[in-house]
Amino acid sequence: MTGTHAATEDIFASPGEVRADRVYLAQGGDWAEIAGEQAERGDETVVVNMGPQHPSTHGVLRLILEMDGETVTSIRPGIGFLHTGIEKNMEYRTWTQGVTFCTRMDYVAPLFNEAAYCLGIEKLLGITDDIPERASIIRVLVMELNRIASHLIAIGTGGMEIGALTVMTIGFREREMILDFLEGLTGLRMNHAFIRPGGVANDLPEGGLEHLRTVIGWLKKHLPEYSALCDANPIFKLRLESVAKMDLTGCMMFGITGPPLRATGFDWDLRKKQPYCGYETYDFKSITWDTNDAYGRFRIRQDEMWESLKIVEQCLERLERTQGEPVMVADAKIAWPAQLSLGSDGQGNSNEHIKHIMGESMEALIHHFKIVTEGFKVPVGQVYQAIESPKGELGVHLVSDGGTRPYRAHFRDPGFNALQAVPLMCEGGMMSDVVVAVASLDPVLGGVDR
Amino acid sequence: MTDTNLPVEPDGHGETDVVPTSGFATRQGMWSAGSGDTSGYGGINRTLEMPGSSQPPFGDPFDAIHARALEVLPSLQGARVLFHAGELTIFVDRAELKSVVAQFRDDAFLRFEVCLSVSGVHYPEQTGAELHAVYDLISYTHNRRVRLEATCPESDPHIPSIVATYPMADWHEREAWDMFGIIFDGHPALTRILMPDDWAGHPQRKDYPLGGVDIEYKGAWVPSPDNRRTYS
Repeated sequence: MTGTHAATEDIFASPGEVRADRVYLAQGGDWAEIAGEQAERGDETVVVNMGPQHPSTHGVLRLILEMDGETVTSIRPGIGFLHTGIEKNMEYRTWTQGVTFCTRMDYVAPLFNEAAYCLGIEKLLGITDDIPERASIIRVLVMELNRIASHLIAIGTGGMEIGALTVMTIGFREREMILDFLEGLTGLRMNHAFIRPGGVANDLPEGGLEHLRTVIGWLKKHLPEYSALCDANPIFKLRLESVAKMDLTGCMMFGITGPPLRATGFDWDLRKKQPYCGYETYDFKSITWDTNDAYGRFRIRQDEMWESLKIVEQCLERLERTQGEPVMVADAKIAWPAQLSLGSDGQGNSNEHIKHIMGESMEALIHHFKIVTEGFKVPVGQVYQAIESPKGELGVHLVSDGGTRPYRAHFRDPGFNALQAVPLMCEGGMMSDVVVAVASLDPVLGGVDR
Repeated sequence: MTDTNLPVEPDGHGETDVVPTSGFATRQGMWSAGSGDTSGYGGINRTLEMPGSSQPPFGDPFDAIHARALEVLPSLQGARVLFHAGELTIFVDRAELKSVVAQFRDDAFLRFEVCLSVSGVHYPEQTGAELHAVYDLISYTHNRRVRLEATCPESDPHIPSIVATYPMADWHEREAWDMFGIIFDGHPALTRILMPDDWAGHPQRKDYPLGGVDIEYKGAWVPSPDNRRTYS
């Protein structure tokens, strides 16, 4: 018999293979028919196909669950639905253009993708120490603001999935304040392509520091709401405590990093252990928790937002001190030639620069044209560069053949590893805890599938 | 699943593989082929080589890692080593890979607990070692990193799986199989992971076209990205 959702004949078996007595298909079917058939079979095992369009899977993640009543006996994640060939595409663009591609991977934390990629290029170029201080400060500033925004999404959507809708609405409200600032700085709310090889695309706009102060003020006023709403909320705690447990052994087994690793009490934060962008000069704490569960991961994210805010305030101070200093490496053979400015039609090249290349210097025009269309060459070699993204270790493996394009760009997204651990965290548990487990890992499928 | 479905042992096992030389590709002239180079540099021939020093000292702590690796793994004697941009790469013969990674994890001095990433790279001009699998390892105990690299020819694309030692490499090896067609022998379920199950070909190989169409803009045609001039 072959229904729409299951077949008693094993259509997947290759010749010579032992045939299963029953296989399940993905296309679903009439619910009454499925229920009736299951009642007849009597073993109470139901296969549930969750996603890839399920609202609680943080994007297009497909989970295939085998259920015994409400208990998950087997769960397998299926990924790849958001694979867009970003790595392959980057092999056909200049090193600078690559930023616009990789920023779209983990779209909740785009600035981290850009930062990892650019730090990798700078390592290949051997100019890591030549990046101007102000560029590094702005990088740290936007990364830490982005970390807060990403954690707000993790907490907000995680709350929504267990019915705490207010946590989601206020989470997006705060995030919008951060995105407003990032829009003022980079021109875009997301997918900024702002961090460039050698520095950042442009300096803070007029009134940028004032805007930053209002954002800090807003966050200081509203971040306490999350702990007031959730920390001691009995329903919230019941749903999160002792759920989706994963201890240090489990984390090591699956290469898990970020908040889930620190929730086992293991103090591992790359900003502290292998600093980059001058993180060793900032005063902040690495947050750990020791409960191994979803509640611990929630608390870590919350505390990390405060630590990030501390770093943002230190950036503000340093930005005031370094006003007017360059934000792009001095080497004109690498630096993007134009600074951006706000034109009447939105963002555009600065008028000063246009005047210079169009009216004053033929050589400057040639140089601009060459750097923008051809790009710069990166010496042969390969590097691996890792940074601490909100989700864990974001690594980039770059190979250069000495040309103006990456020979190979590979991204190690923390969510890719984290999803491997879903069976460990969910099997034997309740179906309702599956969404909690996935939310506590905070995977973003754009980064997982690339 | 039956035994017939599992990846078979490679034919080339036990025989000597081509030791990857440092040159991995050649380039001619200044522009891409067929672009009408009038610069006068069209006759230039360059051999591309991975840079770095292959003899110690590499500086702390890489000398210690290198020395200890040679001590506990005599099979690594003579293995190619490259130190570049503050990173140590050890090229491992694929026949030795399983024992090497086991020691890299288990030896108390090496103790690289986690394999963070397996990245495939395709070097079509490196005859006999066209496909590379690049393993980036981290030691939390000692707070340091090392890179292992194994190669295999396109005609015999087999590399032993390291999942038995590094379970977290499971999906990474599936991705390298999916994108580059490297068969990781002994992997528990080497299926496609990002592309659809019935996809033909391995998209990130260099001979796999990017695709795309020419775009008309104000009467002129902009060629698709893989048909544009390259400056490499």
